[in-house]
Amino acid sequence: MVTTVTSLGRSGLSDWMIQRISAWVMTAYLVFIIGYFFANPDLDYAQWAELNSSLPMRMFSLVTILSIAAHAWIGIWCVLTDYITVRLIGPKATAIRIIFQLGMIAVTSLYVVWAIDILWGI
Amino acid sequence: MLNVSIYRYNPEVDSEPYMQDFEVDTQGKDIMVLDVLEKLKADDPTLVFRRSCREGVCGSDGMNISGKNGLACVTPLSEAVVKNKLVIRPLPGLPVIRDLVIDMSQFYAQYEKIQPYMINNSPAPAIERLQSPEERAKLDGLYECILCACCSTACPSFWWNPDKFIGPSGLLQAYRFLADSRDTATEERLANLDDPFSVFRCHGIMNCVQVCPKGLNPTKAIGHIRNMLINSAT
Repeated sequence: MVTTVTSLGRSGLSDWMIQRISAWVMTAYLVFIIGYFFANPDLDYAQWAELNSSLPMRMFSLVTILSIAAHAWIGIWCVLTDYITVRLIGPKATAIRIIFQLGMIAVTSLYVVWAIDILWGI
Repeated sequence: MLNVSIYRYNPEVDSEPYMQDFEVDTQGKDIMVLDVLEKLKADDPTLVFRRSCREGVCGSDGMNISGKNGLACVTPLSEAVVKNKLVIRPLPGLPVIRDLVIDMSQFYAQYEKIQPYMINNSPAPAIERLQSPEERAKLDGLYECILCACCSTACPSFWWNPDKFIGPSGLLQAYRFLADSRDTATEERLANLDDPFSVFRCHGIMNCVQVCPKGLNPTKAIGHIRNMLINSAT
């Protein structure tokens, strides 16, 4: 058992499941948005604003944003723990990795807050 | 004449590794890569590699043959030679001790982690612990692993985290005991694997399946472990 404190779910299974579910949510959102554009070739601002200010669409967008955040956290965490390691770049790796991990977590969290502000500000 | 390029490194003499070129007369025969190495060693006794059974059972002569990990003793030249050239390097990702010999301590440390032995603390029956033919069949494709390390050293996840990721070979063995009806430590074994590294650093690229000289499928075994974790944790 390897201990981790900066991974999203702490457990490998939890991270794995979040990664899969969030991928499906993002796919569904993408299919919906592309489908909506095709179904409404004469889309104007009023219609677009109406769609995005409806509660179901806000919820769908928010769940997708949370999925992107979780997916990115898990994915980038994996990349950082693969390549920024003492084995590959020397004894300073742990400090560098923690800085990158905390930076990634901060940016991801700020994006989520910003996205909520945008969604509910429409 | 066959052109052979071999990775050479003797830390007591060489400042860094280099590739040495040889020419070998195979008399047009489709001999095994190990036979070529034996011919070369007869002329140059300083060439070092591991070998033992010479029939794909002991797993000693795992090496990187023309870019693909395999056992030298069961790899014929017809599968390994490209444009009349054979390139032989040590298995990648583990420290080189000398020439084609690698330090496998990290590989064995991961194997030890998965407790590769039967755990069953109930009193032993008079004769033996019986299995049905169906229960025994679950071990097929798992028990045949010879720990040659061809799979784990072909796996990028193992290259980057050999101290944390168990690796395909260890995980195949982990499932061999998880699948064994006579083993009673299933929950304990699963609990030891549920972290973001031990099992889940596998991203399913299947290099392990491509190189296994015994034709085994570690990726499938890892999928079974994941399913067991899901069954137990949801």
